[in-house]
Amino acid sequence: MANKIRVATTSLAGCFGCHMSFLDIDERMLQLAEVVEFDRSPITDIEHCTNCDIGLIEGGVCNSENVHVLREFRNNCKILVAVGACAINGGLPAMRNHIPLEECLNEAYLDGIGVENPKIPSDIELPLLLNQVHPIHEIVKIDYYLPGCPPSADVFWKFLTDLIEGREPSLPYELVHYD
Amino acid sequence: MRQFIQGIAENNHYQATRLLQMLRQIQSRYHYIPEAAIEQLAGLLNIPRTQIISVVEFYSFFHLSPRGQYELLISDSITDHMLGKKNLLGYLADKLAVAVGQVREDGVVSLDNTSCTGMCDQGPAGLVNGYALTRLDRSKIDKIAELINQQKPLEEWPSELFQVDDNILKSGLLLDQQFEQGAALKSALKRGVKETLAEIDKSGLRGRGGAGFKTAMKWQFCSEEQQTERYVVCNADEGEPGTFKDRVLLNSYADQVFEGMTVCAAIIGAKQGFLYLRGEYLHLYDKLQDILEQRRRNGVLGNNIQDAGVDFDIEICLGAGAYICGEESALIESLEGKAGIPRNRPPYPVTQGYLGKPTVVNNVETFLAAAGIAVNGGDWFANIGTEKSKGTKILSISGDCTRPGIYEYPFGVTVQTILNDCGADDVLGVQIGGPSGTFISNQEFDRKLAFEDLATGGSFIIFNASRNILDMVHNFTHFFAHESCGFCTPCRVGTSLLQKQVDKIVEGHGSAGDVVALEELCQLVKNYSHCGLGQTAANPILTTLQRYPDLYQSRLKEISYEPGFDLDGALETARRMANRDDAGAHLAQTQMESEHE
Repeated sequence: MANKIRVATTSLAGCFGCHMSFLDIDERMLQLAEVVEFDRSPITDIEHCTNCDIGLIEGGVCNSENVHVLREFRNNCKILVAVGACAINGGLPAMRNHIPLEECLNEAYLDGIGVENPKIPSDIELPLLLNQVHPIHEIVKIDYYLPGCPPSADVFWKFLTDLIEGREPSLPYELVHYD
Repeated sequence: MRQFIQGIAENNHYQATRLLQMLRQIQSRYHYIPEAAIEQLAGLLNIPRTQIISVVEFYSFFHLSPRGQYELLISDSITDHMLGKKNLLGYLADKLAVAVGQVREDGVVSLDNTSCTGMCDQGPAGLVNGYALTRLDRSKIDKIAELINQQKPLEEWPSELFQVDDNILKSGLLLDQQFEQGAALKSALKRGVKETLAEIDKSGLRGRGGAGFKTAMKWQFCSEEQQTERYVVCNADEGEPGTFKDRVLLNSYADQVFEGMTVCAAIIGAKQGFLYLRGEYLHLYDKLQDILEQRRRNGVLGNNIQDAGVDFDIEICLGAGAYICGEESALIESLEGKAGIPRNRPPYPVTQGYLGKPTVVNNVETFLAAAGIAVNGGDWFANIGTEKSKGTKILSISGDCTRPGIYEYPFGVTVQTILNDCGADDVLGVQIGGPSGTFISNQEFDRKLAFEDLATGGSFIIFNASRNILDMVHNFTHFFAHESCGFCTPCRVGTSLLQKQVDKIVEGHGSAGDVVALEELCQLVKNYSHCGLGQTAANPILTTLQRYPDLYQSRLKEISYEPGFDLDGALETARRMANRDDAGAHLAQTQMESEHE
């Protein structure tokens, strides 16, 4: 089928838990694969995305590489979606926001218990950390938000099927209440 | 210290409801609330220490870490800014060698901002150890810095620093009255309390705080409650930026206000009343206590008032820097010695107020008017004003005009008339009712002050054509984020998000979708917040966005999207620590820039 909907996914400062939850749509993945083609994604190992319809972003933005990846997605995806608590609010990684970055790095690489050969890594291949972890909508324009930690498989399914079938996505209350 | 705390607890009869007053004394003595004091007080009052800590953390004037022996707070109201506050604050910080928000290393002085101190007609204003400073300028600041560096006790400071003027520039029905102490009570008791309530009903008097609930109806409801232990509370927590009329009324008309409360007590059958005085008006405290004492001596307060078998007394409770306590249920919580978090309503205070008992809470001006009506009858009041807004309204006028101060007008007066009287030219617009009210543009000056059109608690801030409206919006939005009590998420998080989004646009980081996002956020905060604070916190944005959409649009960049913070700057620490400055160690602020790279 030539005109499949192209979907790209990535995890920035996330734990891949949202991706795991996405995979929990189980056998519905086959149904999805009939109309969807995956571009850049941990599922495909494609390194860069090109001309996609939907981009799903898990995790917040903690370093310079996250910014570049996020911008690549924004440039190449018609619809960009913040998936899960970390993408929406910064989540768990953002807990470091209350501690100055200098203290974090000192603890991890210089003064911490059990640190051998203390040295701040400085290889130019390594992305630099931002002072704070940011939700992705503070860096680029985001079109939709899927709440949850992680969003359930049914949330992914409902959201994607709505979009694919040309409806404005909407999540019923049962899918977004958590107690 | 143990002895001091013990003494305070004893003087307050070990009542946890008096916690705020005790903490005020401790803060004033030690310039913070020491951990040991909290422990001891918790034991003495038999309440958890966490309860005390929550109260300390809630109020702006209490601190868990030491402030300076001279605690300087500078008012951050938009009116102070219009009078050059920002420059003065910088000058003061330099003079005292202390950064804003910090305590100087020697512990002598600390400096910070505080919400509007109610001196808008005589700003820039501030507080030193709670006492009001007015009309600050460089020479006064030089003087203050000198006094502090010499560590002169406050009592020895020159009195002109603390000079607070009434500035009554136009008086009417209420302010013109020659009031004789006891007259309202005498008339009320002679006429009969039921009949006096009928007169107040006839007068059409509505609450002067801004909401405009019918006063007679409120008193009637309270008097009909089953529970016979009832309370009268006068709300003098005048925190709405730009409002200062209650300060003037309590300075020069307090006797009449207290008498209004006493008439209310006689009508509803209350034995105890409270004047909840905002902490910023500490300078009025002794004077008001003297008036109460004098009233007791003259038999118009206390037991068996005017030999009519009415027992009623009034206690003054000072606030501690929390705007939200102007909301009546939050005020009652605060009176009970707790954090000022608004209650669920209903039940309303008239059925379950102070200590769960029926309570009437009214504005200072309402009690003043009620005393006048008790003397002169309902028609005296009802003959003035409009159909739904009887009587007069006392306005606090500040901002860009030659004669800021207190003005009393019959309801129904047009904005233009007021502007003419106070000497305002080249006016861009007026903020009516404070930040939680409405901004009206110069196309609407034929509108009327009345509950039918522009309802107001009395704040009237004038902006001339040289002002930038977005500066005002920025100031008000920060005010609400600071004053949100934190109880409900839509307000706690929402006001902070509003602040962030307004900052982003004002600072020129906004792009196409940002104004739309701001407006959506406004609707969310407005519609889902628990109390009036959150429900009105978006008003400065909404009312100006409606009138000046182009102003907001003009701040937007044409690029698709930009972060609201300096992206490359956020890598600075990591760059320095890793000792890097290669191309990969930098980030472009926008996507377009990065594409060009």
